Amino acid sequence: MSFDLSFVVLQLLNGLTNAMFIFLIASGLSIIFGVLGVLNFAHGSLYMLGAYATYQCVSLFVDSPGQFWWAVIAASVAVALLGGIIERLLLRRLYHQEELNQLLLTYALVLVLGDLARFIWGVDQLSVSRPAVLRGAVEILGQYFPKYNVFILFLGPCVAFLFWFFMLRTRWGRMVRAAALDRETLGALGVNVDRLFTVVFMIGSWFGALGGALVAPVITIRPGMDVEIIINAFIVVVIGGLGSFWGTFLGALIVGPVYALGILVFPRLSMIFIYVIMVVVLMTRPWGLLGRPLQR
Amino acid sequence: MSRQNWILIAILVLMGLIPVTGSRYYVFLLTDILIFGLFALSLNLLLGYTGLVSFGHAAYFGIGCYACGLLIKKAGLSFGIAFAATGFFGAAAALIIGFFCVRLTRIYFALLTLAFSQIVWAIVFKWNSLTGGDTGIYDINFPKFLDSRTKYFYFTLAVVSISVLILRKIVNSPFGRILMTIRDNPERTEFIGINVKLFQLLAFIISGFFSAISGGLFAVFNHSIFPDFCYWPVSAEVLIMTILGGMYSFFGPLVGAAVLLYLRMEVTSYTVYWPFILGTILILLLFFFPGGIVGFIENQIKRWRSSK
Repeated sequence: MSFDLSFVVLQLLNGLTNAMFIFLIASGLSIIFGVLGVLNFAHGSLYMLGAYATYQCVSLFVDSPGQFWWAVIAASVAVALLGGIIERLLLRRLYHQEELNQLLLTYALVLVLGDLARFIWGVDQLSVSRPAVLRGAVEILGQYFPKYNVFILFLGPCVAFLFWFFMLRTRWGRMVRAAALDRETLGALGVNVDRLFTVVFMIGSWFGALGGALVAPVITIRPGMDVEIIINAFIVVVIGGLGSFWGTFLGALIVGPVYALGILVFPRLSMIFIYVIMVVVLMTRPWGLLGRPLQR
Repeated sequence: MSRQNWILIAILVLMGLIPVTGSRYYVFLLTDILIFGLFALSLNLLLGYTGLVSFGHAAYFGIGCYACGLLIKKAGLSFGIAFAATGFFGAAAALIIGFFCVRLTRIYFALLTLAFSQIVWAIVFKWNSLTGGDTGIYDINFPKFLDSRTKYFYFTLAVVSISVLILRKIVNSPFGRILMTIRDNPERTEFIGINVKLFQLLAFIISGFFSAISGGLFAVFNHSIFPDFCYWPVSAEVLIMTILGGMYSFFGPLVGAAVLLYLRMEVTSYTVYWPFILGTILILLLFFFPGGIVGFIENQIKRWRSSK
């Protein structure tokens, strides 16, 4: 094993790229928990459907310029719409029930959506090629780093910033934040909270699907990617704080590099490290590094 | 003896007669049901009786599997000694993990149990030299005195019956009443001078003990063990069994395990899309039968009696 600096730097960059992917996915999970109070196991399934739908759209839009980008947009929007349907038809009816039932409903969706994907796309591994502009690599300290990863490294903070701006400065953003704090009062002020919840769930689903769509060119798309990612997303939102947006960003920035660098030092223990961080955070600050204690 | 006890004895005798029919299929299925029924019952000591949602019970089942399998295959112990030790491995793990988990409540409790179970899974998955990693451990044979599926079925029936008897004694004892009081109102229980965390921890340990017993039974029944047995979807599946049967009745989880495993056996012979069907059943259950199967039947009986 070599430990020269350029190699470590490259591994760090890889870890940060993964952090950006997981941030996109986990931010959707976090906002859904923050506003709706539902821990959504099916979020991993929406991520998986985002990846599959991107594969599908890329093959549909073949020969058109910018096919990958159109595919990403179409796939993530389609999954967001599916999220809206799920919220309206199913999840909505369980808000007044105990947490266990909501948890189990979202797990039922994991089973149903997972099989739906298997039914439509089969069990083979699928792949999406990178968009033409982002093929190839840049040289960093004598090592090659894919251009696509550079793009993701820039995109992650941009999305984070835009979303933060949306939450802070727009009317919808204010309503979402208000709903997270006190949904009854918001309703009494004349806001249609039901519709707001649907929109929030769609935004959350869109983030999950966007993560899946953008990760499609760098992984193989296959059944089982849903149950793997969801635990990682849970870890990130728990570390950062359930419902805390910047907490999710911080959580991703911790988990991605720790995993990537940990694998260099202790290849076998890297995965365990991350779970241990989750346990330690839950023990010492159950509401996460940047979250606030739950008052409900 | 009460009427319920007579019914239970009759069911036990009927189950004991199943091998006489000569159906290997039913012997296999019933052994499976008994094992997972015990697993679900032990989860329900926490869920239905103490009001704690554990999303990491795969850990104790998996520890049971690996404790039993490794003691036989790696330590070369006889089945009897290995199996007898299995429960204590589960209880010890539950003591350590539960010690931390009972400090948290509700969703945080569920997340912490999940995190710990994933640690157990990661250790099993990565510790190749001991556990065989992803390939698991094979050729865990039936011991000499239980060298057929039928004999192993009787052994399972005996172990599960004794365990069920003990669990039933526990929930009907003053200790069990305290657990239910904690479930209904932890704050008030604290006010009357009961150490809530201690009782939650004790329930956690007992639950871990019996989950590991079911894991040990399963390791030998299945002849092989894999890290997947500790992976989080197993925790979800046993939760489904429990609420399918009904978490507010003692035998509910056993009924849930029976129905789920029977359906899985039937459905998978027609289609590979069993998860889709299970997911659909679960959704219907949550919307239309929130009390589970046993809860639904009890309600129907009540209505029928009151209409008479």
